[in-house]
Amino acid sequence: MMKLSGLESLNIIPDANFVNIGERTNVTGSRKFLRLIQEDKYDEAVDIALEQVRGGAQILDVNMDEGMLDGEKAMTRFLNLIAAEPEIARVPFMVDSSKWIIIEAGLRCIQGKAVVNSISLKGGEEEFIWQASRIKKYGAAVVVMAFDEMGQADSLDRRIEICRRSYRILTEVVGFNPNDIIFDPNIFPVATGMDEHQNNALDFFEATKWIKANLKGAKVSGGVSNVSFSFRGNQLVREAMHSSFLYHAIKAGMDMGIVNPTMLTVYDDIDAELLERVEDVILNRREDATERLLDYAEQVKGDYKAQEKKSEEWRELPIKERLAHALVKGIDNYIIEDTEACRQAFDRPLEVIEGPLMDGMNVVGDLFGSGKMFLPQVVKSARVMKKAVAYLFPYIEEDKKKYQDKSAAGKILLATVKGDVHDIGKNIVGVVLACNNYEVIDMGVMVPADKIIARAIEEKVDVIGLSGLITPSLEEMVNVASEMERNGLDIPLLIGGATTSRVHTAVKIEKNYTKSQTVHVNDASRSVTVVERLLSSGKDAFIGELRKEYDKIRINHASKETRKQYLSIEDARKNKAEIDWSNYTPDIPKMLGTKVFEEYSLREIAGYIDWTPFFQTWDLHGKFPAILTDKVVGVEANKVYKDATEMLKEIITNKWLTARAVIGVWPANSNGNDSVDVFAENGEVIHTFEFMRQQVKKASGQPNLSLADFIAPKECGTRDYIGGFAVTAGDGIEKHLDRFKKAHDDYSVIMLKALADRLAEAFAELMHEKVRKDFWGYASRENLSNAELIKEKYRGIRPAAGYPACPDHTEKPGLFELMDVTQTTGISLTENFAMYPASSVSGLYFAHPQSKYFGVGRIAADQVEDLAERKGLSKKDMERWLGANLNY
Amino acid sequence: MEFEKGRGELLKEALKQRILVLDGAMGTMIQRHTLTEEDFRGDRFKDHHASLKGNNDLLSLTRPDIIEEIHRKYFEAGADIAETNTFSSTRIAQADYHLEDAVYDLNFESARLARKVADVFTERHPEKPRFVLGSMGPTNRTASLSPDVNDPGYRAVSFEDLRKTYFEQATALIKGGVDALLVETVFDTLNAKAALFAIDEVFEALEHSVPVMVSGTITDASGRTLSGQTTEAFLISLEHFPLLSIGLNCALGAAQLRPYLKVLAEKAPFGVSAHPNAGLPNEFGEYDQSPEEMAGQIKAFLEDQFLNIVGGCCGTTPEHISAIATLAAKYKPRQRFESQLTEVRNLQAD
Repeated sequence: MMKLSGLESLNIIPDANFVNIGERTNVTGSRKFLRLIQEDKYDEAVDIALEQVRGGAQILDVNMDEGMLDGEKAMTRFLNLIAAEPEIARVPFMVDSSKWIIIEAGLRCIQGKAVVNSISLKGGEEEFIWQASRIKKYGAAVVVMAFDEMGQADSLDRRIEICRRSYRILTEVVGFNPNDIIFDPNIFPVATGMDEHQNNALDFFEATKWIKANLKGAKVSGGVSNVSFSFRGNQLVREAMHSSFLYHAIKAGMDMGIVNPTMLTVYDDIDAELLERVEDVILNRREDATERLLDYAEQVKGDYKAQEKKSEEWRELPIKERLAHALVKGIDNYIIEDTEACRQAFDRPLEVIEGPLMDGMNVVGDLFGSGKMFLPQVVKSARVMKKAVAYLFPYIEEDKKKYQDKSAAGKILLATVKGDVHDIGKNIVGVVLACNNYEVIDMGVMVPADKIIARAIEEKVDVIGLSGLITPSLEEMVNVASEMERNGLDIPLLIGGATTSRVHTAVKIEKNYTKSQTVHVNDASRSVTVVERLLSSGKDAFIGELRKEYDKIRINHASKETRKQYLSIEDARKNKAEIDWSNYTPDIPKMLGTKVFEEYSLREIAGYIDWTPFFQTWDLHGKFPAILTDKVVGVEANKVYKDATEMLKEIITNKWLTARAVIGVWPANSNGNDSVDVFAENGEVIHTFEFMRQQVKKASGQPNLSLADFIAPKECGTRDYIGGFAVTAGDGIEKHLDRFKKAHDDYSVIMLKALADRLAEAFAELMHEKVRKDFWGYASRENLSNAELIKEKYRGIRPAAGYPACPDHTEKPGLFELMDVTQTTGISLTENFAMYPASSVSGLYFAHPQSKYFGVGRIAADQVEDLAERKGLSKKDMERWLGANLNY
Repeated sequence: MEFEKGRGELLKEALKQRILVLDGAMGTMIQRHTLTEEDFRGDRFKDHHASLKGNNDLLSLTRPDIIEEIHRKYFEAGADIAETNTFSSTRIAQADYHLEDAVYDLNFESARLARKVADVFTERHPEKPRFVLGSMGPTNRTASLSPDVNDPGYRAVSFEDLRKTYFEQATALIKGGVDALLVETVFDTLNAKAALFAIDEVFEALEHSVPVMVSGTITDASGRTLSGQTTEAFLISLEHFPLLSIGLNCALGAAQLRPYLKVLAEKAPFGVSAHPNAGLPNEFGEYDQSPEEMAGQIKAFLEDQFLNIVGGCCGTTPEHISAIATLAAKYKPRQRFESQLTEVRNLQAD
């Protein structure tokens, strides 16, 4: 069995029907095709290929052997073009050339299993072997001409001799699969008037029989139109000759042939008299056969009616359906005339795009989504769409002038994100937007975030649209969004593409980009309305709606979370963070025990302030310092900032507040049940921290974290360390708050509280740095800017009780006792374990490089029981403290 | 250069006797570590002018400890074969990072890393020899599709570009000590043909050959490759090379692969492999199919004797491979494989 392939497979089994090789895409056989190639009209040349396949060609022969052509270039270009036409590329290709260099150029363009046409022993065995070996490496089948060093085989014996020898070399020397060998034993013209040509057809039939009987696996092919060469110009006779020749050749075993299907007639339909005279010639049945056929040919000349052009039924459909058909099938032959017809039927040209063309593309989208169309076909549809739109464009421009269209034109930047090459959806969106008077800057595919942002800034675009098809693109879109945030962009962000979803946009992307609105738009036709509204004066209302909608999605999503599966606490512990303790040597802390700081310099602390949360206190959203120049809130932000810096100066110079801190570092080991034992220097356990563990079932490979995971377990034998801290910047605040309250100066009350909070946080940040670099000293070479500190780019964490990694407030008293916090700093705990003064921060230090912040999330009853037992509390008490974290 | 003989034969022998288990995802395992730009750069590339974070293949040079550990975990989970960390170690793919000049080292060192770990396991359990498979990804360009919608005749990469880049990769992998090569995640068959062409040339140049495997990827619901081929057309287009196996990986989960694997199981004259993803990604692009669930879907293939080699792609972990290995040990490999090989041999001998 011979197996070939284009986009689909072609299996030529023994006794299969004759395989038709399309021959019109051959510059030596078709003058029209030659002219199109010479005039660089490749579009029309591709149409010829399409006609051939639609006309039933099962293999497509391509030949560019013409003296004036750059055959290598023409072969490459044409094969690349038809590879993009799924309806053509469905079938295997035959690379037809007498020049090896053109054959090889062709083979380098074909993904399927092609056929080379042809090689022969004409140039000797060495060349034959070399070429055949190359063809084998390219994975193609081969046509071998009955041709050798002596010339072309013109008798039965010579045909047999050459084919036998070629077959032996191919199978024994080259190792060619015999099923991939096709012999062309030369079809020569008959009825030439020369006696030596009379037996040409018969010799071919006999050679075919011999090959099929003696050369196992090999196939036979040939160029059929040669046989009727002497009757050029007489279609009727030629068609009859071809049909008759094929009839007999196939009976002899011919498997395939280069045939123009439009130059064939049905054997049974041939006029009896014509058939008799034709077969007399083909089968060499009478001496005067040639003359008799010539006589007949004279009679019927001119009688032949041009074959009725096959009407294409779909052309009869109503105009809208014709457009849809053209889009789905990717046929662009009539798209201009159909678009024009449609244009005349509508009031405005834009309606043609928004109506019938978009309808057609939606059909394409549905078919693609359901697997009934595949990518190359969709690409073709997109091209037809583009052609129609290009045609309409001048009319749209004209129309706009006429109507003095006021639609706010804007600049839209589109890109498929880094790592993704899919752009059909993006291109459609681009077209639709461009048609709606937007200036579209299309950056193409695989565009990295920095390029997108740089271009957006440079071109001052109004909207950025991101597209992607593959799942990693989702992550990249999140990245682009946060980079936009970081770079201070404040323009809407559109998200689209097959794997994107409203849920993903709402939950993952939107929150990373707070300066403007992120919108999920998965439907090209919706993109225009969305962009229009985002750029209109009513945009705030629209954004408000969107935010509400996305909030709802987030809430729904969160509630879905609660339906998540939970592991038992035992199983969750088995899935703890994987840390290779055997290869970890903790840095020995430079201090052990506690250290107290009285009256720390407020000026130094102020340098560590993270201002962004300060503005949030005032309901001003945006990152510092960009917020000061923000279009919307910039003025207000500046005002507050100015007042804040003034008051801060007062606080510092007049010592309104006193900053105090205590820190501690102790030897520690985790003990298996999410507990961490803290030791005195003599090894005595002086305290045990009881941590919680994530219990939600994670995606595979994701650990269920607990803070205890970040401290070396006892059994590994490594002595690890844990640290603690409590800082306050609130001492002395009451006096000044009272003063402002008395003066009914609420503004200053809020301002002072906000500043004290910021100072406390800044103090915690500063202290953490000092601990890392000096007191504990595991990161003595760290050198980070304040911005980097805010982003927590350092090693180690400082989680606080009551926060996501350790939601259990009841861990605070133990820490306070361990460091004697109330005595040393004046911070006390309320009955609900809140700290007083409020501008205080306390927490723990973890030093392991893999330690990180996380949220414990909801936990199940078994962990609550376990935790209550560990802490010696009742389950009921534990449930009261952890109310927000219970999954029941 | 001297090559150790016989491991390729050992692999072919093992393939006849049992279903071989391939390892799981490399990327998923790397993501378990929180790696910084510095980790990726290491000492060698600390002054490199482009960002290197995310270039997972580079970790073979800069954080070999991580890659070694991943290989070890998969072998511990029961994998017979480890894939080298070289999916993107081609001149074309590394151009994104301006690391073209590191390509040879990437392949050579990745092969050595995996080799080292495999040899330790083989020594420990000689009855279950472990193999190293040189992973050759598709690059990030397609030779038979145009990235430009307006110019369907345009190509971003040529056969010759691909042939050269794969020649370099295959040479380094073989010199680094792989037992076999895997041309994988084939989305465009022309890219794979260029790879096989190059591999053939490498075999000639080194006068040494190793078994070669191919694995394609069906990209969407149409059941075609990205370049538009049906599974059968894909098989036919690559059948000229005497492959050890042909199969499918990535893009789909095990359940969705079934109809296409069936085509290969019925028609391929080679072994058949599958290393599907851990299901289809959820709306966050994460793979959350559990090992049990995935093994359950693979069980159906094993019952129908579709496979000779099975493993995991995106989202799979040692836990998945362990579940698959436990299962695979209970089933016989695809038998047709043997008879078809004989058939091909007979035919070629005629």
